[in-house]
Amino acid sequence: MSDTLSKIEKRTAYILILPAVFLVFSIILFPIFANVWISFKEVGLKDIRIPEPRAKKIIKSIKDNPDQLKVIYKLRNSSLILEIRDVKFQDKLPKNIKPINLDERCRVKSNKIYCEFGNWEAKYKENFQILLKSSDGKQLNKKELKTIKPKLTGKSDNILLNTNFTLKNFKKVFFQNEFFDLLSTTFYYTFFGTIGSIVFGILTAQLVNQKFFGRTFMRSVLLFPYVGPVVALAYTWELLLDPYSGTLNNLLMNFQVIQEPLNLLGQKYLTINFFGFDLKLRLALTTVIIFEIWRYFPLAFLFILARLQAVPKELYEAAEVDGAGPLQKFINITLPQITAVISILFMIRFIWNFNKFEDIFLLTGGASGTRTLPINVYEQGFTISDIGMGSAVSIVIVALLLIFMFVYFKLIGKRADEN
Amino acid sequence: MKTKSLIYYALISSIFLFSLVSIWKILVTLQGVELKNFNFAIIITLGIAISLLNLLIGEKLNYLIKSTFFALIFTIFDGYIVQVMPIWYNIGIFAILIFFSFKINKYNQKYLASEHSSQIVVFDFLTLFGIVLFSFVILFPFYMMLITSFKTQAALLINPLDFSINFNQDFKELFKSYFVIFDTYKFGRYILISTFVSIGTVIVTLLFAIPAAYAVARLNFFGKNFLSTSILIIYMFPAIVLVIPLYTVFSQLGLRNSVGGLLIVYTATTLPVAIYMLQGYFRSIPKELEEAAIMDKLNWFGIIIKIILPLSIPAISSVALYVFMIAWNEFLFSLMFLDNPNSFTLSRAIQYLSGDAETPRQYLMAGSVIVTIPVLLIFVYFEKYLVSGLTAGSVKG
Repeated sequence: MSDTLSKIEKRTAYILILPAVFLVFSIILFPIFANVWISFKEVGLKDIRIPEPRAKKIIKSIKDNPDQLKVIYKLRNSSLILEIRDVKFQDKLPKNIKPINLDERCRVKSNKIYCEFGNWEAKYKENFQILLKSSDGKQLNKKELKTIKPKLTGKSDNILLNTNFTLKNFKKVFFQNEFFDLLSTTFYYTFFGTIGSIVFGILTAQLVNQKFFGRTFMRSVLLFPYVGPVVALAYTWELLLDPYSGTLNNLLMNFQVIQEPLNLLGQKYLTINFFGFDLKLRLALTTVIIFEIWRYFPLAFLFILARLQAVPKELYEAAEVDGAGPLQKFINITLPQITAVISILFMIRFIWNFNKFEDIFLLTGGASGTRTLPINVYEQGFTISDIGMGSAVSIVIVALLLIFMFVYFKLIGKRADEN
Repeated sequence: MKTKSLIYYALISSIFLFSLVSIWKILVTLQGVELKNFNFAIIITLGIAISLLNLLIGEKLNYLIKSTFFALIFTIFDGYIVQVMPIWYNIGIFAILIFFSFKINKYNQKYLASEHSSQIVVFDFLTLFGIVLFSFVILFPFYMMLITSFKTQAALLINPLDFSINFNQDFKELFKSYFVIFDTYKFGRYILISTFVSIGTVIVTLLFAIPAAYAVARLNFFGKNFLSTSILIIYMFPAIVLVIPLYTVFSQLGLRNSVGGLLIVYTATTLPVAIYMLQGYFRSIPKELEEAAIMDKLNWFGIIIKIILPLSIPAISSVALYVFMIAWNEFLFSLMFLDNPNSFTLSRAIQYLSGDAETPRQYLMAGSVIVTIPVLLIFVYFEKYLVSGLTAGSVKG
């Protein structure tokens, strides 16, 4: 009895989860595997269009013969590279019309013309003509003829489905793509963005955890950059930072902080003289990192604040009795309480920053030394139109991510064992 | 009283005062008033003098009188240094000084003699400083976005620092950028598409997620643990690696440039976190209720509709709001899948606008205001629900 019950339970469970699992599988997991497939192929953006047989119908009257019409079909293969096999053509005729001297590839069956055109090589073109004659002597209706669209079908190879594989893309990724430059930029961006957002998260959480007037308002305001749409925020920053008409540069020049406008998003290096040493700062990259910190510290803030509010008050009271100052309280009580949250945050933010695309794309488009791996995926795939190459870069990203996750869970697991 | 505490107190309070005055000066400059100098040295000196005087006077004077006295002195000095300023500038300075004097009122000689007083002073002022600074840094871009949308390109190029708005002009003239983007750039249509996609995503996601979350929370089946861990791992996977395969497949299926295609992708990307959040909540509902329902011969459909749904309205609304926000703000997929202006979402439309270097920036900012306001309103209004959602799932970003 209980056996059948558990069977019913299982069946119900599968019915309930199946739609969700199917959708997630087809939109998230399948593409990850498809990437592997595509990355071993030489595919360009233009290759992914499936070749189609197309026909444009033109109708002409014949001068001397008013009860006849000439129909010209401009036939062509839409693809410039692939052939189409077994092209079949079908068009309908109004009732009172019959074709005369029909092409030998075609036949008529109950008011329909069927043709078999065989194979069309790439770029194939043909002007195919049919003469039509009214069978009952009435005037031929041009408009009616024009509204009926011919149907064409054909078979073609899908370049994505054949089994020609190549290692070319990966060779290009590692040896012709300034790979190490890309990797180091991505790591700079990810690492400093992550650390920065966590540091500011701790500061603001500490701030809001105290009692002051307008505290709830402050909490909402701190989350604004995180909930605002990235497009709006990125363009606002772009205007703010513009070297000539941007507010920031003009303010700084107005108060004589700087003499020359700084092109914060368009300049790769800024040389700073620091006690006689010339330091080269990656200016655009730094600006992008600051934007990233500005936008994502609220996540760290929320997590840390939630944790801080759960710390028992008695701990602080006891510390006060023992004569600890604010700094000691922070180091000895607050920090140990939030290390677990910080390590989770580090993991989450590290992975997400590593894959951040929109922010850099909107601010600099990957120019002036801000090209990270995700930006490169887009550039390879859609700017250079090399889909295979884009996929290969994606695969590198996925591989690196899996390594992070592995290392992270190893470390966390170790710590958990020790406790 | 300790000397160390005294020095810390005098220095840090005057630096705090300086930062308050400077922010006020920046805001004043942005009204088109010419102001070239922060007068660092003078204001710091004045600040130190006031904070020391405050210690000297102590409680001999009523604190109201004391604050007014300080504020007056400072305003007169400052007015003398920075000449020819509109009167509201001085009123602002006066208000800042009143606020500042209230804040330093609690420090007296006895207070500074107590243990850790120097640290406490530093922490107190850092907190105040942090509140002011963070509010300024965060709100400033939003303020700029709003103001720019009311200005004209010419005015912005002549003086980029003039943020003042002329409210005397005609209503139509003031909101010109908004009229233009609705008339010329068809933003009405984009608002409709964005709303449709976002609400559609919410509905479809909930339809898929509620049954799945119920199964994960309540029923026993083979592969359950595997499923619940993989939900989280899948959530970690970045959108950028899905883009190329989805683009190729969607191109071949003719799903690009269709709102339906976008809806499918958004639903799939929000499903894992929706399931995760909902199942956590479903677990907290007492099992006895369902057992009673089983006695009444309700099937799972009945259980979900009659028992689970009414009990989990808060969780469901928090998931719904949160999915709505993700879908509304989403940019990457709309960039990839939409290239026909007839099917743009708001985010994509703004990006498309900016692609044309000729587009005046006030139109861009008006568009940005339109896409930002709904999210911020929803966020402020439903903050309680959203914050719990944010911490449970954390908006992907």
